[in-house]
Amino acid sequence: MNILALETSNQAMSVAVMADLEVLAEMTLNRKRTHSEQLMPTIDTLLQQSGLTVEDLNRIVVADGPGSYTGVRIAVTTGKTLAYTLGIDLVGVSSLAVLAANIRDTSAVIVPVMDARRQNVFAGGYQWQAGQLINVLADQHTSLTQLLTALKLLQQPVIFVGPDAPKFQQDIFATLGNLAHIADPISQLPQASRAGELGMTVQPVSVFDFVPRYLRLTEAETNWLKTHDERGHRPYVEKV
Amino acid sequence: MSERELILAFESSCDETSVAVVENGDTILSNIIATQINSHQRFGGVVPEVASRHHVEQITLVIDAALKEADVTYDDLTAVAVTYGPGLVGSLLIGVSAAKAIAFAHHLPLIPVNHMAGHIYAARFVKPLVYPLLALLVSGGHTELVYMPSAGHFEIVGDTRDDAAGEAYDKVGRVLGVPYPAGKEIDRLAHLGQDTFNFPRAMDKEDNLDFSFSGLKSAFINTVHHADQIGESLSREDLAASFQAAVVDVLVHKTTKALDEFPVKQLVLAGGVAANQGLREALQNTLADAFPDIELVVPPVRLTGDNGAMVGAAAHIELEKQHFADESLNAVPGLSFAHA
Repeated sequence: MNILALETSNQAMSVAVMADLEVLAEMTLNRKRTHSEQLMPTIDTLLQQSGLTVEDLNRIVVADGPGSYTGVRIAVTTGKTLAYTLGIDLVGVSSLAVLAANIRDTSAVIVPVMDARRQNVFAGGYQWQAGQLINVLADQHTSLTQLLTALKLLQQPVIFVGPDAPKFQQDIFATLGNLAHIADPISQLPQASRAGELGMTVQPVSVFDFVPRYLRLTEAETNWLKTHDERGHRPYVEKV
Repeated sequence: MSERELILAFESSCDETSVAVVENGDTILSNIIATQINSHQRFGGVVPEVASRHHVEQITLVIDAALKEADVTYDDLTAVAVTYGPGLVGSLLIGVSAAKAIAFAHHLPLIPVNHMAGHIYAARFVKPLVYPLLALLVSGGHTELVYMPSAGHFEIVGDTRDDAAGEAYDKVGRVLGVPYPAGKEIDRLAHLGQDTFNFPRAMDKEDNLDFSFSGLKSAFINTVHHADQIGESLSREDLAASFQAAVVDVLVHKTTKALDEFPVKQLVLAGGVAANQGLREALQNTLADAFPDIELVVPPVRLTGDNGAMVGAAAHIELEKQHFADESLNAVPGLSFAHA
């Protein structure tokens, strides 16, 4: 199975072309450039370097969030359109799971975290069990304080991973003490091949229903819902 | 190139997701438009992040519907075209990303289109365009006079200094309690009232082709607030009629001035506000009186709002000129024609 895996959830962009678990080509860029400019040229280059054409692809795996809304949408839109137009399988995997999958050979709780601003984070909890990466704390948008309080109750070693993990280390160690570990800098970067690995065995989804895992309503909708009832509304989007 | 030139065209610059198949630049085989108006009405205007989310939900559904309705396959297509600006960056990126994916997957050339060029070329579905022409482009985001010496060449000769005309309609609509988007309802109310308030006609005396609507908007809001304070109730119909008369006067006056300066064969009325009856009638009358040789071309209402077909029509010209983009095409939210 030839897989194209895409990850554009945060500053880093990563693309991989794989034949099952064999990585044929992978590129991770971690400079502040726009994913929109870089993604398609990178896909093109990596397919060529892999000796494959776009017609050889069988499956697209997209890291579908959480993360930067605009960033996630680039890979989601590119991935779902490619899968739709090529008539091939589409799979979405959590961008937090992709980060967690960088940490191997441990029984600790792996906690990928992304800065969601104003002392909030996108985070989840993962653990390797019988060779499978299992989600033990659902991906969520939460305050850093709440996350750390919940993790403290586990009384287990915790490994924090993700490019934003180091910036929270003061709070992390203050709450968790020596139960906490911060992953090494290279493991903080998402690798699309990890997305490919996680998405290889997952049941494909419908391209038409595929949307990012935002984990958060927009501010406008949250405020609107405080004073309105969403039931029985006219369809928000209509063909005219 | 096959005899049949077919362009798959994308438009997602604001709150409509649209994909069309256009044949030879002048025939619409399909033009699917998914509008988000019901969603943004909740907030009284377009919320960019909400718009982007709807675009992602819709994009492949709309592509699929456009291809099926046109009854064409990828092998039939000549090129893929997409609006890459101006507009909301998050919205633009959905169309741009999807168009690039289709072009890449099927080895098709990719044509970047300026949204404003699309609005003007919507007129091509009415009749062939004859150059030089002048376009009055009026929408929620833009109010421009564009001179076109020849096909695919655009020069801004007049621009708004502040609000776009459509934006002024929406802001005034809020004061009148008219739901977003307010243009259609204000147009309707205006036809039931009289111009009794004599709102200011901004920039009318100045020797340029630029517009300004913020003074008018403020005068309107002040009038309503003042009446509220002294407990007086004003006729909504007369308020709408007076506001619309001021907007139309300014648009027609500057357009007339532009037609004096730039002898053209056609005047194209383009953009969402081109659906406004008051504006259409005023331009028709002025042209009949003052410029009987200049032809007014107004696209049908369905094509004045944002849609993929207009992008396909503009892309037909760009294809002739072999103006293509590569895989690195990005959204350019502030894209603009050059000023003359």
